[in-house]
Amino acid sequence: MALIIFTPLLEQLRQHGEQTYPHECCGVLVGEFDEAGNKTVKSVVACGNTRTDSPHNRYHISPIELVRIQREARIAGLDIVGFYHSHPDHPAQWSGTDLAEAHWTGCSYVITSVEKRKAVLTNSFLLVEEGESKQFANEAIDLRDAIALAGDKLR
Amino acid sequence: MAIKILIPTPLRPYTGKQSTAEVPGQTVGEALTNLVSQHPDLKRHLFGEDGKLRSYVNVYLNDDDIRYLAKEETPAKETDTITIVPSVAGGAGDDCWL
Repeated sequence: MALIIFTPLLEQLRQHGEQTYPHECCGVLVGEFDEAGNKTVKSVVACGNTRTDSPHNRYHISPIELVRIQREARIAGLDIVGFYHSHPDHPAQWSGTDLAEAHWTGCSYVITSVEKRKAVLTNSFLLVEEGESKQFANEAIDLRDAIALAGDKLR
Repeated sequence: MAIKILIPTPLRPYTGKQSTAEVPGQTVGEALTNLVSQHPDLKRHLFGEDGKLRSYVNVYLNDDDIRYLAKEETPAKETDTITIVPSVAGGAGDDCWL
């Protein structure tokens, strides 16, 4: 299982992390699930970080933003397939806070480390349910080029 | 009277992969109760052992958070749409698990 994303979209979410530095950025990945469990990202939707009390190490997306994004995705025949946020001056690894506050099982949580306003590493983690508990599993990012994206839009 | 409920991605394994459900109810609470009656596996993901909606489960009636209306007692009508959205939050916090 992998998160399939086109280079310009990956760059878009990485740049969002640079723009909001030293605060965390956050947003939603809209796309499609396939039968094999892969997810293809069709658009990246930047959201505001409502954790204004501690924006350098916390993020929260307003639920009404999620409602509207989910509604528009459904109209387009798509789904919310994941989320992204940045870790300013922290590794691109999930934290205890990330796991505790993750509730979208089966979705991807993409984290970009941003050091001195420069996006460095981007990793994806799949939230999985294990019995009564949940866990993050490492998830491969399958990067596709812009030519493929252009062809996809034409179909 | 059937009210439309939009099911988010993580809860679809418990609704037979349905992304939308239509359930009877005069209030949001009745609609949710009927939803979990149809899909019992969904119950523990929406409600805690105290029977209350879990804190991270947001329920919207159209564009309004029911917490700011009459909560589960909020009246609902056939043209309304209930949307369930688990919260999205986190952050580097004070530690990162490497």
